[in-house]
Amino acid sequence: MADKVLMKGNEAIAEAAIIAGCRHYFGYPITPQTEIAAYMAKRMPKIGGCFLQAESEIAAINMVYGVASTGLRVMTSSSSPGISLKGEGLSYLAGADLPSLVINVQRGGPGLGGIQPSQSDYFQATKAGGHGDFRMLVLAPSSVQEMADLTVKGFELADKYRMTSMILADGTMGQMMEPVSLEYDIKPMPEKPWATTGTKMEREHNIVNSLFLQPDALEKSNLERFDRYKYIEENEVMYEEYMMDDAEICIAAFGIAARVAKNAIVEARNKGIKVGMIRPITLWPFPTKAFEAAAEKAHTFISVELSMGQMLEDVKLATKCKGEYMLCSRVGGMIPSPEEVLAAIEKANGGAK
Amino acid sequence: MATTQYLFAGFGGQGILFSGKFLAYKGLTEDKQVSWLPSYGPEMRGGTASCSVILSDTPVGSPIVSKPDILVAMNLPSLDKYEDSVVPGGTIFVDSALIERKVKRTDVTVYYIPATKLASDNGMPTLANMIIVGKILKELGGYNEETVNTALKKVISAKRADMLETNLKAMTIGAEN
Amino acid sequence: MVVFEKPHALTDVPLHYCPGCTHGIVHRLVAEVIDELGIEGKTIGIAPVGCSVMAYNYFNCDMIEAAHGRAPAVATGVKRANPENIVFTYQGDGDLASIGMAETVHSAARNENITIIFINNAIYGMTGGQMAPTSLPGQITQTSPYGRDTNHCGFPIKVCEMLAQVDGAQYLERVAVNNVKNVKNAKKAIKKAFQNQVEGKGFSLVEVISTCPTNWGLTPKKALEWVDEKMIPYYPLGVYKDNTAEKEAE
Repeated sequence: MADKVLMKGNEAIAEAAIIAGCRHYFGYPITPQTEIAAYMAKRMPKIGGCFLQAESEIAAINMVYGVASTGLRVMTSSSSPGISLKGEGLSYLAGADLPSLVINVQRGGPGLGGIQPSQSDYFQATKAGGHGDFRMLVLAPSSVQEMADLTVKGFELADKYRMTSMILADGTMGQMMEPVSLEYDIKPMPEKPWATTGTKMEREHNIVNSLFLQPDALEKSNLERFDRYKYIEENEVMYEEYMMDDAEICIAAFGIAARVAKNAIVEARNKGIKVGMIRPITLWPFPTKAFEAAAEKAHTFISVELSMGQMLEDVKLATKCKGEYMLCSRVGGMIPSPEEVLAAIEKANGGAK
Repeated sequence: MATTQYLFAGFGGQGILFSGKFLAYKGLTEDKQVSWLPSYGPEMRGGTASCSVILSDTPVGSPIVSKPDILVAMNLPSLDKYEDSVVPGGTIFVDSALIERKVKRTDVTVYYIPATKLASDNGMPTLANMIIVGKILKELGGYNEETVNTALKKVISAKRADMLETNLKAMTIGAEN
Repeated sequence: MVVFEKPHALTDVPLHYCPGCTHGIVHRLVAEVIDELGIEGKTIGIAPVGCSVMAYNYFNCDMIEAAHGRAPAVATGVKRANPENIVFTYQGDGDLASIGMAETVHSAARNENITIIFINNAIYGMTGGQMAPTSLPGQITQTSPYGRDTNHCGFPIKVCEMLAQVDGAQYLERVAVNNVKNVKNAKKAIKKAFQNQVEGKGFSLVEVISTCPTNWGLTPKKALEWVDEKMIPYYPLGVYKDNTAEKEAE
C-alpha cells in the first residue's frame, strides 16, 4: 500500500491538481476554501507554476479562461458566494468549449449566508451554473481521498470533453483531515489544436469564442454540445451503492451527508431494517439508472442533504415519482446527525409516525 | 468493531487542533482509520475551538463527533457545552487549573489534571494540551514510545525540531500527574 | 507598382464598422505594428464586448473573445501561461472604464507585461448610443437625453490620468486619429506599446480618442471636428507616464 499522509481535504485538492499537471491557479480569498489558495501560493513558485491572487472572483475565472485558451491545465477555487460571481465565466468557458477545473467548497446561503458546511449550491452546479444551455461535470467527493482522486479525474474529464469540471465539496470535506495516498498514473493531455498559442505563421489563426450572431450557427453549436452531453450521460456516471442488494428503503446522499447516512444505515441494519444508499459521485451526470433500478425494490427514497430538497427533485425524476419520498435535511451550516437520519429511516419503515 | 471518538474543546490558542492532529497521526502510525475535523471560522480566533478525532479499525463514517467517547475540556464553556454529550461510560479529561467546577455526570470516568498550571510551572506555557495528551495515553493505555515519536515528527515541522523534546517532556509530565 | 497594401496581420474579412468610425484606422495601425515588429506568429489578441467584439475575425494572429470588461484578466492568464507570447487587448470605453475597471486597474497594478489599446469614443456604440463612463458633461446620449448631468450621474473618467497614479503602469499615452498628424503619432504610440512588451518593459496602455458619427449624430467629417472641439480639450493628448525610458538609462 502506498504511504498515506494526513491531509486536509482542501490541501489534498491542491496537491492532486499539481500532480495532475496544473501549474496555474487563480483565486480570491473566501472561507472555507482558503487553504487551497494558501497551499498553491506556497507550492507553485517552487515548481515553476503560477499562483496569482486575483482582484475578484470574476477576474480569477477570466484568468482561468485565458490559460484554458492556451490549452494548459488551470483551476480556481471558491465557496458559494464566490461561485455565483464566477457564473459569468463558467458560461463563457462552456460557450468557448474550454476545459477547466473549478472547486466549490460550499457554505450556507443564500446571500452572504454563513461559513459552515452546506450543499445548497446543488441546483447551481448541476443545472444553472450560468446563463445559457450548458452543463458542467459535477463531482462530489465524500472523503479526503476522493477530494484528491476527483481532482485528477476532473482534469482528465475536462480535457476529454472540453468543458468545466466542478468539484462540489463542502466546508467539512475541505477542513477535515484523513489519510490520503497521492499516487497517480497521469495520462498525457489530449492534443489541443484549437489552443491560442500563436500561429507561428504556420497555420490559420485560432479563435476562442462564444459569440455566434447567426441563430442557426448558435443552434448548431448548442446541439453539438448536447450530443457530447448525451455521450457523457451514458459513459461517465459514477456512484457508490451501499447495502443496496435487498434495500427496501433507499437513501440518496452525497458528500458529508453520505458519511452521516452510513452511520445511520449501520444502526438501522442492526435493527433489521433493510436500508441502503446510492451515493452519487457524479451529480451531473446523475446516476439516473441506478435509482431507476433501485425503485424496483425500494418503496421509499430518503434524500439526506444539506439543502432544502434540491437533490430530491432529481431522485424523483430518476424514479419517475413511483415511490414514496422523504427529505432529511439540515441547512444553514447545520449537518443532520446520524440519529436524525435513523429517525427518518424508522419512519419510512413504518415506525414511529 | 473498535471505534473511539474524541472531542477536544477549549479556547482558540490552547493547541486544541494540534493535540487532535497528534492523536490522528498516532492512529495513522498504528494502521488505524482516522479522521480529524476542526471547527473553523472566527471562533478559531480566541473563542471556543473544538476538534473531532475518530480512530477506528473500520472505515470512518461521519467525521463529526457528536457523542464523544472521550472529551477533553480545556475551559469552562467547553465543559458546559459538551459534558452531556459524552456517551455513558465515557471519559472526560478536565484541565482543573482553568475549570473550577466538578463534572456533574456520574456515569463517566473523570480525570482532573491542572494542565495549564503544570505547563507554566515547567516553563512550557503553551503545552498544556500535550500534558493532557500524556495523561490520556497513560490512563487509556496508548503510550507507545515509537508511535508517539513518529507521530510527533509528523505534526512538528522540521523547522521547529527543538520542540520535539519539549512535547515529549510535556507528555511525560501529563503521564506522571 | 504597389502603393498600398493591406497589412498581413489583417484578414480579408470586410470590417463591419460604420462609415466614419475610426476603429478601422486603429485596427490597421495595430496590424501594421504587428507586421513591422514581425510578431504575428506569437501574438494573441483579446477582443472585448462592444463594437470591436468581432475583432477576432479581423486580425490574423490567434484571437480570444473575452467577456465584457474581462479582457485584461484573460490577457493575464494567457501571458502567465506563455510569457513568450505577445498579448494585447483591444477594448472600448464601456468595456475598459466601466464594467471592466477593476480588471484594468489591477492588471496595471500588477504590471502585467501586456499591451492595451483603449478606444475612447465617449459612447456605447454596439448597443446603440448610451452614456459611457467617458461621455462628456452635457453630452446627449440615449440614456442621457437631456445631456450628461454631472450632479446626477457624475463625471467622465480620465483613464490615463487615473492610471498614472498606479505604480505598476509603465507606459500610458493618449492619442487621436482624427487627422494625419494625429494618426502618425498614434502609430508611434501603439508601436511603442507593443515594443515595450517585446522588451519586457511592462504594462502599456494607449488611449485612442475615436469617433462614433452614428451615435454622436454627426457626419463623419463633423465627427472628426468634434474630436478637436470637444474631446481633446477634455482629454488632452500626450504621454501620461513613461517609465520605459528610465529603464533604459538604468
